This record gives sequence, C-alpha cells and structure tokens, in this order.
Amino acid sequence: MSEQLRFTKEHEWLLVKGDVIRIGISDYAQNELGDIVFVDLPSVGDTVEEGEGIAALESVKAVSDVYSPVSGEVVAVNEELEDSPELVNESPLDQGWIVEIKVDGVAQTGDLMNKQEYEAFLKEV
Amino acid sequence: MFDRQRTKKMKGDGQLKQTPLTARHRALGAKMVDYAGFEMPVQYVGVLEEHNTVRTKVGIFDLTHMGEFELTGPGALDTVNHVTTNDASVLKEGEIQYSPLTNEEGGIIDDILVYRTADGFLLVVNAANAAKDYAWIEANLKPGTDLRDLSDELTLIAVQGPQSAPLVEEIFGISLAELKNYTFIEVTYEGTKVLLSRTGYTGEDGFELYFPNALADTMWDECLQKGEKYGVEPIGLGARDSLRLEARMPLYGNDIGEDTTPLEAGLTRFVKLDKASFIGKDALQKQKDEGVKRRLVAFVVTEKGIPRQGYPLLNLEGEEIGAVTSGTHSPTLDYPIGMGYVDVAYAKPETEIQIQVRKKLVRAKIIKGRFLA
Repeated sequence: MSEQLRFTKEHEWLLVKGDVIRIGISDYAQNELGDIVFVDLPSVGDTVEEGEGIAALESVKAVSDVYSPVSGEVVAVNEELEDSPELVNESPLDQGWIVEIKVDGVAQTGDLMNKQEYEAFLKEV
Repeated sequence: MFDRQRTKKMKGDGQLKQTPLTARHRALGAKMVDYAGFEMPVQYVGVLEEHNTVRTKVGIFDLTHMGEFELTGPGALDTVNHVTTNDASVLKEGEIQYSPLTNEEGGIIDDILVYRTADGFLLVVNAANAAKDYAWIEANLKPGTDLRDLSDELTLIAVQGPQSAPLVEEIFGISLAELKNYTFIEVTYEGTKVLLSRTGYTGEDGFELYFPNALADTMWDECLQKGEKYGVEPIGLGARDSLRLEARMPLYGNDIGEDTTPLEAGLTRFVKLDKASFIGKDALQKQKDEGVKRRLVAFVVTEKGIPRQGYPLLNLEGEEIGAVTSGTHSPTLDYPIGMGYVDVAYAKPETEIQIQVRKKLVRAKIIKGRFLA
C-alpha cells in the first residue's frame, strides 16, 4: 500500500488513482504535530491551485496547513475526520487521508519521492 | 505543511541551557524544544494524555527554567513593594502572593510569585523574563537590599493534580492538611532543605518543590516511583499551556506583556493603588480614573474552528474589536476556548462575538469566570 505513495518535501503524501489524487500527511508529519484535535476540511467542489492551503490540522498547541501538491477540484473529503480527527495520528497513510482532488490533465508526480527516497530525505531533516 | 507556527526544532548547537533533568527527559523519550533559551520537554507521550493525567490523577513538571531571586536585608520589603503592584507588607512568613511587575507606564514587565521567607523574599519569575527582571530590580533597589539570583542553583519540580497531595505527603512523610493554597513550608529530604509550596499553574490542587540541583535526579525518580500507584506521569510544556488556559490563567508573552496593563488584563485585585508608591502607580491610577478601553476576556467558541494567537475578533457586524491572545481546543471540555483583548463595549459576559479563523468567521461567546465548572 505505502509502496504506491509519493511524498513531498512538505511531508504530504499522494496516491494517484487515474486523474484523482488522494492526499494525506506522512507518519513523520503526524508525529511532529502531536495529537490532532480538529481538521478544517475544504468543501467538495472547491478548486485549488498547487501550493495553496487545502486543509488545516489543529493540534492542542498549534495549527498547520496542508498545501495542495496539485491543481484541480476537490471531489471528496474524508468526513470521518470531522468526528475522529485522531485518525490522522493513528493511521496517517490510510484511514487518515484528507482530500481527493481531480487534477486537470495528467498528474505530474515525477519530482516526488517514493517511500525509500522519502525515508532517506527524513534522515537529512 | 508546518509553515504556520512551526515548532522550533532542536538543532543541538549547544547554545541552549539545560536543566539538571534534561537527561531524564531524553531517556523518557520526550520531544525537546527551545523554550526561553532552555532545552525543555514539550511532550512525553502526547499533550492530550498528559493533560488528562493532571486533571484526573497527578503529573510532574520540570520547571527549572523559571527564575528565582532572593531579596534580603532591611530594605527588602521596600524594594519588593516598589517594583510590584501588589502589597507585600501584608505577607507573613510562609505566605505567597501573585503580583505583576510594572514599568512607569503601567505595562507588565512580568507576572511573578512573591514568597515571604524568614529573612526576606523569594521572587519566582518567568524564564523568558528572568534576565530583564533581574536588571530591572537591580536598577530599582532600595537602600539596604541584597539581591541574589538563585536561578542556576535551584531545581523546580511541580506536582499537580487531584492525587498530588497524597503523593507529596508520602515523599516527605508529612501531612499537608494544614498547608493552605499560596503558602509554603520548608521540609527536609535526605538532609537537604526543600521549599514546598501549595501553588501551581494548572487549576488543580498542586505543589511546587524548590531544592538544590544536586537533588534533582533523586527527587524526580522519587516522584515517579512513589507516584506509580497514583498514576503519575511526567508532563511537558504543551499540556502545561492547555491546562493553564482552561484554568483561565494568563501567559506572559501571550495574554499579558509590556503593552498591556494589569487593569486591562483583569488583574486589578493584584494592584494596590492605596500603597504609598510603586513603579507605574501614577499611570495605573490615571487609567483607572479614565477607565480602560480594552479588556482581556475569556470566550468559548460555539461553532467549529480553533482560535489562535493573533486571529482578529469581530463584533456581529463584522467590525474588528480586538484579537485573540491564546486559544486551543480544550481537552477537558472538548470544544475550543480562548482569551483575547476586546474593546470594553464587548467585554460583558454573554456577549456574542466572531473570530476570523483563516477564511471563516466563527461565533464565540464571552464567559464569566472559569471555563471549567
């Protein structure tokens, strides 16, 4: 499962399913943030530009933005997170996914890291 | 992510001060951060669990970063009463009072605890302000006062929570039934004197233990071992912040600072304008006579969204009336709470206001008194 994921240097992950990209945050990221108590999700139908804030993760201590690694339209949000924000901590790569974005054209994931590359990148952080 | 309010990560450049307990925190797997120039634990297992441990059982905190100054000599009382807004002359030996320290304009230099000892006073100050406070007090010493900085000699462990009394009683083999809030005693532990006060920053019953650094590891281990049956856990600065906010206690640097006065911050009962004189008295008297223009208020958020420091506060018409100074999702109440300054017209309890949370406006209501029942 995690073999299919691609990671950004900002610690988001992407799962490409045709022209729909599922986005979440890495295990490293959830650990850095600590207990997530609220996830501020976008609405289905919102359009986002690459690099724009798409969701906000609130821990007891602070808020952190999740930036969209792609441009497109929000086609799904993980509504489970509204009542169970802790899923981001407990299952960051699976049940704690955040949004799905339908991209314009073909998703460009060439400059993203695979799992091994991301783990190597974390050692330098 | 991580661009907003990014946690400062430890870079291990050796610039940060450590406490005698730093190795203990690391061994416990704490996440360490730079706090006021000290390498301090922000959390061990997680802020929520630690927070709940203090509300339901007992937690221990390393607060050695706090500063302690000793004032002795015939001029000590005059000095303390000159630099603080509260009246230290009413304190008997063994009593403690909270007080702002203000500048000539009435701005808050720090908020401190004043302990009346057998031969003078012990002032406990915020870590981030310790150097500034020391210089300020030194520059305003009354004749016949000896000022000593004990910060590097003393370790401070706080024991907080409903089970703190039985744990502290067991550690020292004493009864605490007679020890009232905001008082202290001196106890002996393995031949070393320990100052034990019934004080804290969590809204729970609790104690603070001050003792020489040499005893630090022993005392920390003792708290964890004897506390095991009470469910004790070490608590980091993350939960310390959420606990104090639920208890509606201001945090220096967030809710109070040199650009705010004790009257604006709701600390009027700690300002004794009938004292002969103190630094900032004229400015505070003038502000009291004219009336404050803004007030620090506490509010609960009635919609979804968590207030954070700096977020604008608006009235229902959408006009800006102030800003958030502290905010979080209350772990105990399970809804968002906060504090901030608003125009006095909006400071009354039950007033409905709005908070700009990123792109959204969410409703909030000013409350009276504490967040917790």
